Amino acid sequence: MSRNLLSVADLGPDGLDEVMAVSDSFVEVGSRPIPKVPALRGKTVVSLFYEESTRTRLSFETAARRLSADVMNFAVSTSAVKKGESLRDTVQTIEAMGVDALVVRHSSAGVPWQVASWVDCSVVNAGDGWHEHPTQALLDCFTIRRERRLRAGTADAGLSGLRIAIVGDVKHSRVARSNVLAFTMLGAEVTLVAPPTLLPPSLDGWPVAVSTDLDGVLPKADVVYLLRMQSERQTEALLPSLREYTARYGLTRDRARLLADDALVMHPGPMNRGVEIAADVADHLPRSMITRQVSNGVAVRMAVLFLFLGAAPR
Amino acid sequence: MSGEVLLRGGRVVDATGSRDADVLVRDGLVVAVAAGIEPPSGAQVLDAGGCVVAPGLVDLHAHLRQPGREEAETVETGARAAALGGYTAVVAMPNTEPPLDCASAVREVLGLGAGSACDVRVAGAITKGRAGRELAPLAEMADLGVRLFTDDGAGVQDGRLMRRALEYASALGVTLAQHCEDEALAAGGHMNEGEWSSRLGIPGMPVEAEELMVLRDVALARLTAGLGSRLHLLHLSTAGSVDIVRRAKAAGLAVTAEAAPHHFTLTDASVAGYDPVFKVNPPLRSSPDVDAVKAGLADGTLDAIATDHAPHAQEEKERPFDEAPPGMLGLETALALSLTELDLPLEAVLALLSWRPARIARLDADHGGPVAEGRPANLCVVDLAASWVVDPAATASRSRNTPYAGRKLTGRARHTVLRGEPVVIDGEAQR
Repeated sequence: MSRNLLSVADLGPDGLDEVMAVSDSFVEVGSRPIPKVPALRGKTVVSLFYEESTRTRLSFETAARRLSADVMNFAVSTSAVKKGESLRDTVQTIEAMGVDALVVRHSSAGVPWQVASWVDCSVVNAGDGWHEHPTQALLDCFTIRRERRLRAGTADAGLSGLRIAIVGDVKHSRVARSNVLAFTMLGAEVTLVAPPTLLPPSLDGWPVAVSTDLDGVLPKADVVYLLRMQSERQTEALLPSLREYTARYGLTRDRARLLADDALVMHPGPMNRGVEIAADVADHLPRSMITRQVSNGVAVRMAVLFLFLGAAPR
Repeated sequence: MSGEVLLRGGRVVDATGSRDADVLVRDGLVVAVAAGIEPPSGAQVLDAGGCVVAPGLVDLHAHLRQPGREEAETVETGARAAALGGYTAVVAMPNTEPPLDCASAVREVLGLGAGSACDVRVAGAITKGRAGRELAPLAEMADLGVRLFTDDGAGVQDGRLMRRALEYASALGVTLAQHCEDEALAAGGHMNEGEWSSRLGIPGMPVEAEELMVLRDVALARLTAGLGSRLHLLHLSTAGSVDIVRRAKAAGLAVTAEAAPHHFTLTDASVAGYDPVFKVNPPLRSSPDVDAVKAGLADGTLDAIATDHAPHAQEEKERPFDEAPPGMLGLETALALSLTELDLPLEAVLALLSWRPARIARLDADHGGPVAEGRPANLCVVDLAASWVVDPAATASRSRNTPYAGRKLTGRARHTVLRGEPVVIDGEAQR
């Protein structure tokens, strides 16, 4: 493993498999009465979140604590950043305190790459702008794989040949970019379903199909992955209204009936119930993977921290 | 004014052709161009053996940042970088703080340029405060010698205002230069829109944002042609823009255009590492655009190579890509990049860098040659064989934001002579 996890592309298919294999063992740790192992004792992990986040930050911090790492949380709102400190100065100041990994979230694409060029410790991308969110993709792959193995009763089911529809605001979605990379790397067939205004301007080099007909895609999908729809898209002339979006692209109760019985429904959260997904579709078990994604997220992030900073001493 | 300088052993190349000759300079003027001139006693002899002696280069487009951004560049440091790059004249852009939109501001920069290593001329703003709403006092600035006006950094968005500016300027015999960018279409963009922006998750600006304004301004040039208006299009970067200008010229319109070295040497794929040193406006485009810009320079559609030298302090270029300011250094690398990357004869490259821009800036009385008796001695001596590696730390500019760090280039200004005085000798600045 390299020092940093910046992009899904850094891992490759073998890296993805390795993370998932290690994640399997950490799922077991999470079910123990005392869900903690000493793997990263003495290591320090800092979560450096320049953008609001609850689930990703808590998930990383929980993962680090379960590995017995020391965790520092850098809250931008109460920090020297508010006094005008530059990104580079902030990052180097934190590193100077003796840190093994920086978990970075920023609203600007590419910041984890810049940070990685300035520090010697590990950098884990926890989401950069519209660009990538590799640990989300890892936990999504892991969730699909684990669910399929449980259902099939075999230990070798994977994503190969699965038909996965990613529905919604692909253009502004780091989750979509990382998942397209990860799903296709593992052999899945990905179809993007979105109004043309919410697709990236160019899909050259993306190994995906594109559709604007969700009703036509759903019956053939093994997984339908819904992206969060943000209300400000209405004011940017991307959509006339959320209502119109829901009518054509929302996974409503009626539309969910088009899905095959064993199809999985996924969402990275936070959900807009009633917009991209109807409340009872989101809550419908066993089809909905949404809470399972969150719990698997801790195990997968344990695996990432373990693999990227457990092996190499500082 | 000054003593005698003999440039000995070189090949003189200017718009009139090429010949092996020594060049003797006295009191700011070329006094002899001939083979085998014996150095007069007391004359300073500069070796030009194996080198080309050419009219000094002329940059239509440099951001010298003074007043207001002296941490990034000053007129003095920018002029020194220019001289090292082989330039004897630069046109300083008006997007300073405050902007150069009135006589007093112009006078300040001209004053700062006096005594520097380069002939520093000024482009004035077209509109007050570069705000795009009211005409700036063009005549008052023209009286100080300003011959180019632009709101560069921004285009004049209001078509009616641009029309009026072209009409008004025509009576002054000055040229309006446009930064072509439709702001509504480009809004929020930080790189070229396309395959790379889509993959990198960086908001893009489409080539059409540039081309729409090129098209509009060509239409306005036609509308005001009867008055003798003159339009110059800055830093064109797209195949579509080159095509529009090619057709405008074929139709006989008084339109000139320039391209910057980074638009014929780099593509938007360079942004993949998210280093804001590759952020510039207009943004780095795709390879077909790069090819079209080269073709436009080759066939005369594009009249000049201009640097768009845009220094920024290091901390500014270490911000996240979408927060960092656009712009890159250019003065010290333009000549070598043009020689290295353009598949053009030497005379054609020098035309693009020297005499054609001198005419556009109306500096042809002083700059751009020819290298002939009685002409002002603004010259550069170019070592075409010099091989060198771009080192950001070695630049004379106050900033370091060159996208060519580590790149090996061939060809370099060896000596630069400004008004008869050597301001660069063997690659060393004398001022």
